[in-house]
Amino acid sequence: MATATTAKKRKLVSLSKREARWAYFLIGPWIVGFLIFTFGPMIASLLFSFTDYAVAKPTHWLGLKNFAEMFLGDYRFWWSLRVTLFYAIFSIPIGLAVGLLLALLLNTKVPGITLWRTAYYTPSVVSGVAVAVLWAQVFNPRFGIINWLLSLLHIKGPGWLADPKTALWALIIMSLWGVGGGMIIYLAGLQGIPTALYEAAEIDGATSTQCFFSITLPLITPVLFYNLVTGIIGTFQIFTSVYVMTAGGPGEATLFYNLYLYNNAFRYGRMGYASAMAWILLLIVMALTLLVFRSSAAWVYYEGELRKR
Amino acid sequence: MATRDIVIAQRTPAASSSRRKMGLRLTRVTGLILSLAILTAGSVIILMPLVWMLSTSLKTDTSATVFPPQWIPQDPRQAVIDGKKYYLYDIAVDGQMRQLALLRKESGKGIFVDPADPSVTYALDTNSGKRVQDVVLHWENYPATFTKVPFLKYLSNTMIIVVTTTIGVLISCILVAYGFSRFRARWLDVFFLILLSTIMLPPQVTLIPQFVIFQKMGWYDTYLPLIVPAFFANAWDVFLLRQFFMSIPLELDEAATIDGAGPLGVLLYIIIPQAWPAVATVAIFHFLYAWNDFFYPLIYIQSKDKWTVALGLQSFNALYARNYSSMMAAATVTMLPCLLLFFFAQKLFIQGIVVSGIKG
Repeated sequence: MATATTAKKRKLVSLSKREARWAYFLIGPWIVGFLIFTFGPMIASLLFSFTDYAVAKPTHWLGLKNFAEMFLGDYRFWWSLRVTLFYAIFSIPIGLAVGLLLALLLNTKVPGITLWRTAYYTPSVVSGVAVAVLWAQVFNPRFGIINWLLSLLHIKGPGWLADPKTALWALIIMSLWGVGGGMIIYLAGLQGIPTALYEAAEIDGATSTQCFFSITLPLITPVLFYNLVTGIIGTFQIFTSVYVMTAGGPGEATLFYNLYLYNNAFRYGRMGYASAMAWILLLIVMALTLLVFRSSAAWVYYEGELRKR
Repeated sequence: MATRDIVIAQRTPAASSSRRKMGLRLTRVTGLILSLAILTAGSVIILMPLVWMLSTSLKTDTSATVFPPQWIPQDPRQAVIDGKKYYLYDIAVDGQMRQLALLRKESGKGIFVDPADPSVTYALDTNSGKRVQDVVLHWENYPATFTKVPFLKYLSNTMIIVVTTTIGVLISCILVAYGFSRFRARWLDVFFLILLSTIMLPPQVTLIPQFVIFQKMGWYDTYLPLIVPAFFANAWDVFLLRQFFMSIPLELDEAATIDGAGPLGVLLYIIIPQAWPAVATVAIFHFLYAWNDFFYPLIYIQSKDKWTVALGLQSFNALYARNYSSMMAAATVTMLPCLLLFFFAQKLFIQGIVVSGIKG
């Protein structure tokens, strides 16, 4: 009896061992890739950030000098941070609102939902240089279609990308072209709201405004939350459109954080300084995300809470 | 008494509700019309840049810069008089519409002649006439663009990168997602958390050491820095595939195991066929990413003959910024594969955004 159970146990152990071996064999590529392409470089860039590393020249340990220069002596660092946050403060909330509005309209059982979805999502499948090149012409002050649309309203359009006062606004307007992506996510969220809730509200005599603020909006907050977090992270990745359309100009009106980091690393050869900027970027993104997460307890509603009560 | 009460209680709301229903139907109809109006206006605006791009790509550079913009490519009709070209106008002469050529302007008036009889001149107000326009589609802009820069070379370079990285992403992400969704092992949950947290990691944090490593390995100015990392899985696609794999019932795996399939057999014969929409979604989104990627080719590729479409288009933009129609032709060609892919695989697109969006 005793020997039989140990044999059974051994077989069980070896089975679970075999399973674990398979698991690590399968996720192996990711672990190796993580160590080589993510973890190793992360440590290295942290070390770089305390040096004046530049590929061709000998390297010196600087301690916190890079960070001191960044915070105290480099107005461009603060400026690029300001440009990026200004863009984020306008493009993210406007994008959220427009995307949600479109999703709400599509959710009212309008005919031809697939057609509308296709129309609004189409701009989101194109990206990169081609889009930047196209929008540079759309914003052309002489013959671009934005100023043509404004002329129909008898407004004289500004110089857009050529004018330091409007260049950043042009990029914010351009970002709205991609609202279709957010719209589809909201639409899926809206369609996931049980219709029974609306039926119950109608029986109770709720108006559609009441329905929106006490059913739709609370239940869609997780999706809003998700889009807010990805939006913040995405703003700090903006590069191609700025590089192609304005190169940070005119003057330094559109010097985004990521572009300034690129300039430091690959134009001025200051890889140590750029690494320091990358780590500050990581801290900023983490802080902002944490802030959103913390505040989310107050405004994000998860359905699990229903069960808790 | 009780029954009468019930009857009354039923009757009153019924009477008022029919009136309310009428009102509701009315607000619903106006709401629907309003929704359709907003949606139509919005979609016209949102598709306008794409239509304008296509239209400009078929114009001459002169008509590309006309204000207000022409939506259908047109060229002004010209007449040759004494070996010189003049623009033709539709203009009224003594209440009769005629087609005349504008020779020159003199003290605010235009001097017009009839091309058939150039000896008689007419001094008319230019603004009262309209230039004669012919619809001409300049398809030759496309081949012209291909000869200005080796665009076909860039296209084939990009295809090499796109195809190899798509294969790499599919193989590695499917294996890793399978490992995370179907096997138990110590620390596996920890590894999964680490994987998820890398989604939030800004790529700049690893960028510079990666660049240095690849340079030291002699991989600078080759496609290897763009291709090799794709074979080591990425958090985004692994997550999407794992979510899908989790929804496939375990009973299917067990049935296959009883039939003698090993872990790889289960993956090949059960998981992949069941999860093909997710697999296709990953392939499509990776295609779009690799096709449009500009940053990594920019820092790793130097030689012109190795450039991708994105790099080629950027240099084209820098060199020929004033060749408006050629620029738009190049942009159209670059966007076309993505647009076609979208129109033919819409369902997968929508599904992919929803799966990766909602559950993230």
